[in-house]
Amino acid sequence: MASLDDLKKRITSVKSTQKITKAMKMVAAAKLKRAQDSAEKGRPYSEKMNNIILNLSSGISDKETAPKLLSGSGKEQVHLCVVMTSDRGLCGGFNANIIKKAKSYFTKLNKEGKELKIITVGSKGNDQLKRVYGNKIIENISFKNSKNANYFDAEKVGKIIIEKFQKEEFDICTIFYNQFKNVITQIPQAQQIIPLNTKSDDQNNLEDNYEFEPDEDEILSNLLPKNISTQIFKAMLENSASEQGARMSAMDNATRNAGEMVDKLTIEYNRSRQAAITKELIEIISGAESL
Amino acid sequence: MSDEFKIEIVNPEKSFLSKEDVNEVVVPAFEGEMGILKDHISIISFLKPGIVTIQAKSGEEKYYVEDGIIEFKNNTLSILTSYILNLKDIEKNKFRELLKNAEEESNKPEISDQLKYLADQKVETLKSIN
Repeated sequence: MASLDDLKKRITSVKSTQKITKAMKMVAAAKLKRAQDSAEKGRPYSEKMNNIILNLSSGISDKETAPKLLSGSGKEQVHLCVVMTSDRGLCGGFNANIIKKAKSYFTKLNKEGKELKIITVGSKGNDQLKRVYGNKIIENISFKNSKNANYFDAEKVGKIIIEKFQKEEFDICTIFYNQFKNVITQIPQAQQIIPLNTKSDDQNNLEDNYEFEPDEDEILSNLLPKNISTQIFKAMLENSASEQGARMSAMDNATRNAGEMVDKLTIEYNRSRQAAITKELIEIISGAESL
Repeated sequence: MSDEFKIEIVNPEKSFLSKEDVNEVVVPAFEGEMGILKDHISIISFLKPGIVTIQAKSGEEKYYVEDGIIEFKNNTLSILTSYILNLKDIEKNKFRELLKNAEEESNKPEISDQLKYLADQKVETLKSIN
C-alpha cells in the first residue's frame, strides 16, 4: 500500500490536472460559441452557391462540353482524398473518427485496385496517417498560425486541388471532415467535390428560365473553382465547430473523472491515516499492559 | 405598386448586407455594367472587380467588390462575393495596400491574360475611387 506521503502527492497532482482540464473546457466552450456562430453565418453563402450551380448544371444541354470539374475526367482510377483534421490534440475522438472513416475508405479503394493520393489538412491527421500511408501523402497543409478558419486558407487549399486536377494528377476528389451536429455528436463525412455531385433531393428550387450572361459554360467554368473553395471552407467551419465541441465534452469527462479519482484517493488516504493511528494506539496500549 | 426589391449580399464568413427597400442596383458584370430594376428577368452572371452601387430609399451606398456571382430571382438579388468593402469604410492605408497588391499582380510576367485583365480592372477601379 502506498504511503501517506505518496497518496498526498497523487491527490495534489490529480487536482491540478483537474484544474487544467476544467480551464480547457471553459476555453473550448467559449470558442465553440464563436465557431458555431461562424459556421451558421457561413451557411447562406455555400447554400446559395450550391443552388446556383444546380440551376446552371441543369441548364447545360450538352454534357460533353461541360467543364471537367463538373463532368469529371472520364476515368475513376486515381482518387485524391483530402483529410481535414485539427492542429491540436486533446479533443476526444474528433481526429480519430475522421481518420477511421478515411482509412476504411482507403481500404475499399485498395481492394478495388484504385490508386490513392492523400492531402492532409491539419497536423494531427498527418501524424496519424503517415505511419501507414506515408508514401501516399502528397501534400500536408497546416494552418497553425491562423486563429480562426478563414476563407483565404480555404482558397489556398482549393487552388492546390484545382491545379492538381488540371495537371490530371487525379480523377476523383473526396474531402473528409466532421460535420457538427451538436456538442456531443459529430458525424464524420466523406464528400465528393470533383466531379461535383449535382443530383439534388428537391427539384423544387430549380428554375429553367434563367438568363445567363455570359453563357452557361463560361459562368460554370468560373464558378466551379470557387465552389470548391467554398466547400472546403464549409468543411473547415464545420470542423472547427466540431473540434471545439469534441474538446469540450472530452474535457468535461476528464474533469469529472479527475473528481472521482480525487474522491477515491481521499478515502484511501483517510483510511490509511486511520489505520496508522489505530496501529499506534494498539502499540501504546499493549506496551502499557505489559508493564 | 412600389418599385422596391430585396438585395442580399453574402460573403463566405457571413451575411454582409440585406435590404428590402432597394430601387436600383448597378453591378460591374463581367461583360459590362448592368443596372437592375424591379421585375428584371431571372439572371445569373458574375462580376469583375468594380463598384456596386445600391440606390435605396434610405440612401445611396457604394461597395467595392473584387469578384462575385449575382443571381436575380423573384425580385431578390443575391450577390455572392469573397471580398467586399463599403467605400465609406475604406481607410487610406488599406486602400493603398489594395492598390499596391493589384498593381503587383498585374505586373507579374507569368500571369494569364484573363488574370491580367482582372488585375488591371482592379487597378483601374481602385484608382477611380481615389
